[in-house]
Amino acid sequence: MSAMECSNMTKETLDRMFTEGKRFDGRGLLDYRPIEISFDVSNKAEGSARVKIGKTEVIVGVKMVVGEPYPDSPDKGNLTVSGDLLPMASPRFESGPPKFNAIELPRLVDRAIRHSGILDLKELVITSGEKVWIVIIDIYPINDDGNIIDAATIGATAALRKTMIPVLDEKGGIDYHKKSKTPLSIAKDIFPMIITFFKLGDSVLLDPTREEQEACEARIAWGISKWEGQHMINSCQKGEELAFTRSDVESMMDLIPKKFDEVSEKLKKFF
Amino acid sequence: MQKTHKMTNFKRPSGRTLTEMRKMYAKVGVVPNADGSAMFAFGDTVAIAAVYGPRQLHPQHMQDPGTGILRVNYDLLSFSVYERKKPGPSRRSQEISKVTEWALSPVLDLKEFPNTVIDVQVYILQADAGTRTAGINAASLALAHAGVPMKDLVCSISVGKLDKNLVVDLDKATDFPIAKIASTNEYTLLQLDGKIQPGVVKEILGLADKACEEIYEVQKKALKEAIEQ
Amino acid sequence: MMNHTNEAHEAQEIQEVTFQESSVKKRKIVVPGEIIATGEDFLPGEGARREGQNVLASRFGLAEEAGRVIKVIAITGAFIPRRNNVVIGRVTSVSFNGWIIDIDSASSAFLPIDESPRFINKSEMNQFLDIGDVIVAKIWSVNNRGIDLSLKGKGLGKLEGGFIFRIIPNRVPRVIGREGSMITLIKEKTGCNITVGQNGWIWISGQNLEAEIKARKAIEFIVDKVHVSGLTELVEDWFAKNA
Repeated sequence: MSAMECSNMTKETLDRMFTEGKRFDGRGLLDYRPIEISFDVSNKAEGSARVKIGKTEVIVGVKMVVGEPYPDSPDKGNLTVSGDLLPMASPRFESGPPKFNAIELPRLVDRAIRHSGILDLKELVITSGEKVWIVIIDIYPINDDGNIIDAATIGATAALRKTMIPVLDEKGGIDYHKKSKTPLSIAKDIFPMIITFFKLGDSVLLDPTREEQEACEARIAWGISKWEGQHMINSCQKGEELAFTRSDVESMMDLIPKKFDEVSEKLKKFF
Repeated sequence: MQKTHKMTNFKRPSGRTLTEMRKMYAKVGVVPNADGSAMFAFGDTVAIAAVYGPRQLHPQHMQDPGTGILRVNYDLLSFSVYERKKPGPSRRSQEISKVTEWALSPVLDLKEFPNTVIDVQVYILQADAGTRTAGINAASLALAHAGVPMKDLVCSISVGKLDKNLVVDLDKATDFPIAKIASTNEYTLLQLDGKIQPGVVKEILGLADKACEEIYEVQKKALKEAIEQ
Repeated sequence: MMNHTNEAHEAQEIQEVTFQESSVKKRKIVVPGEIIATGEDFLPGEGARREGQNVLASRFGLAEEAGRVIKVIAITGAFIPRRNNVVIGRVTSVSFNGWIIDIDSASSAFLPIDESPRFINKSEMNQFLDIGDVIVAKIWSVNNRGIDLSLKGKGLGKLEGGFIFRIIPNRVPRVIGREGSMITLIKEKTGCNITVGQNGWIWISGQNLEAEIKARKAIEFIVDKVHVSGLTELVEDWFAKNA
């Protein structure tokens, strides 16, 4: 893998290709690469998943700890999304204090998950006002071949679906040697994901490879879920410098329900 | 004088005999972006390593005009252990990064790459004793996979005492992690925690040698399989 | 537009042994420290060393016996720049007396203004080569300070149109083929201009997008097949199936 940035000529060629609806791997502009999910990345995690979209790979783990509720919400547990852009995933990622991308990724995933309603924080109370469960989702990209945000969110949702609540001992601490029989209470039919649209010139595409992503000039990440048959947008973040037009956004609103259903359908077989 | 070692069919809680190692698994090329990468597992302990380099070293004042530099970063993923580990380096991970570097350096000759760095990233996905040894085995494979000039592979195993018996590849807290250059009798990592008689140390090294022979075969197979599809 | 095709290859010395099947006796994958051959007769070449009676591998790669010399050729890993290599790079900045070029190697590369193909005034440097532009250049010096490039020579200069992509540098000899036979085959079948840099970067420019995409796919097909013989027939089959 190269650390070399995108050249002007490749960017121009990709622009021409996208205008003609072509991509190097033969996909359509709105097609996802094959997605694979596997579980049990770590038997020490309360839940974990590994997601591959093409060669992009992200692993996500869930840990649950006992903590205090926030003072203004004594009847709710907490959710935190964290992790690291591991330098192993790309020649672009470096060790050291997190750069913007590293900070942004968990925050995007957090908002998509939190507002989807998949997790009811009220069900995480152990003793009201004193002790609650804190669900911590940690995201680790292992190989960056583009579209890490979408892969990470699918991973977070998948890991939550497999999460088991640890067993507490008499003193109120966690006994890791007792096998848990209680799954985390998850709304199964809500499957939050992020669909990120990328733009180069006038073309809008989904699921870019790293080569394509580096040529793109703008992106919008939409957090989406489905409530009782109704699609909901739970979060949105536009990134990079180019602007999206009104008609771009309206097209996305038309596309999102179809794409969400298409991807959800493909992922069903993993659960 | 009692003998403190018995090479009998004594079985440990896990069901293994004293010299039986956990099942090993190794695969190369697990991180396509890296110049070289590998996964190595001892039973439930799983390590992955990725190598980038030789590549430019910043900041410039860290460069060595006489040779390339090996830089290892080892860490546990937060959910690899029961008590969640906060992302970010800890003192333990910094120590292990350094001993891993020392374990690998003797087989590398980086003089033909002055002013560069070879970055080795090692992460533990699932920790169940022997994490640093799994890490060294994965890193050694990843360096080879990256085509870095290497005299030999480095193999690492933890040995120690369980009650009065000498054991190989401990289930519980590691007593004596060792790493050696595969085909020579040179040890590149020796660490110890516990109580052990000097005479017993010699025997332990013998056990380690045998274990490392098995590890070398696993590593060799992983490298060859990567190419002969 | 310059014809970057055959000239660039004539300009380079192919550093690695490609195929000299008549003189190569055996090729096998070896790991560091593995014994390749035993006996006083053998001479250790690049990537190999002697220890006592044995010749051992000093890296992971393909061991080759050519006469009495045993070498181990790297099949993975980063690009190691050598003098006279023809490389493809991207301009990362314009300095007062030249351009800094990313050739995807461990040291940065510099193209001095004096090594342009024609006289360039300091005031027109940006117009000739600006950030993000692509060049095909020759390495004329590798030293402690870095790599120096030159555009003086047949087939060297700024590249325009088409696109560039990367393969593992050690697969370059396979893509070029014996005396350029493989790359010539691909050019004929697709009608594209193709320049292969020793640093693993490849430039393709053709009549239309389909041809360019096909040429890239053919190259990626070849890169996949590391240890396969009869590659030329396989590639011809590939073109027949993907007409």
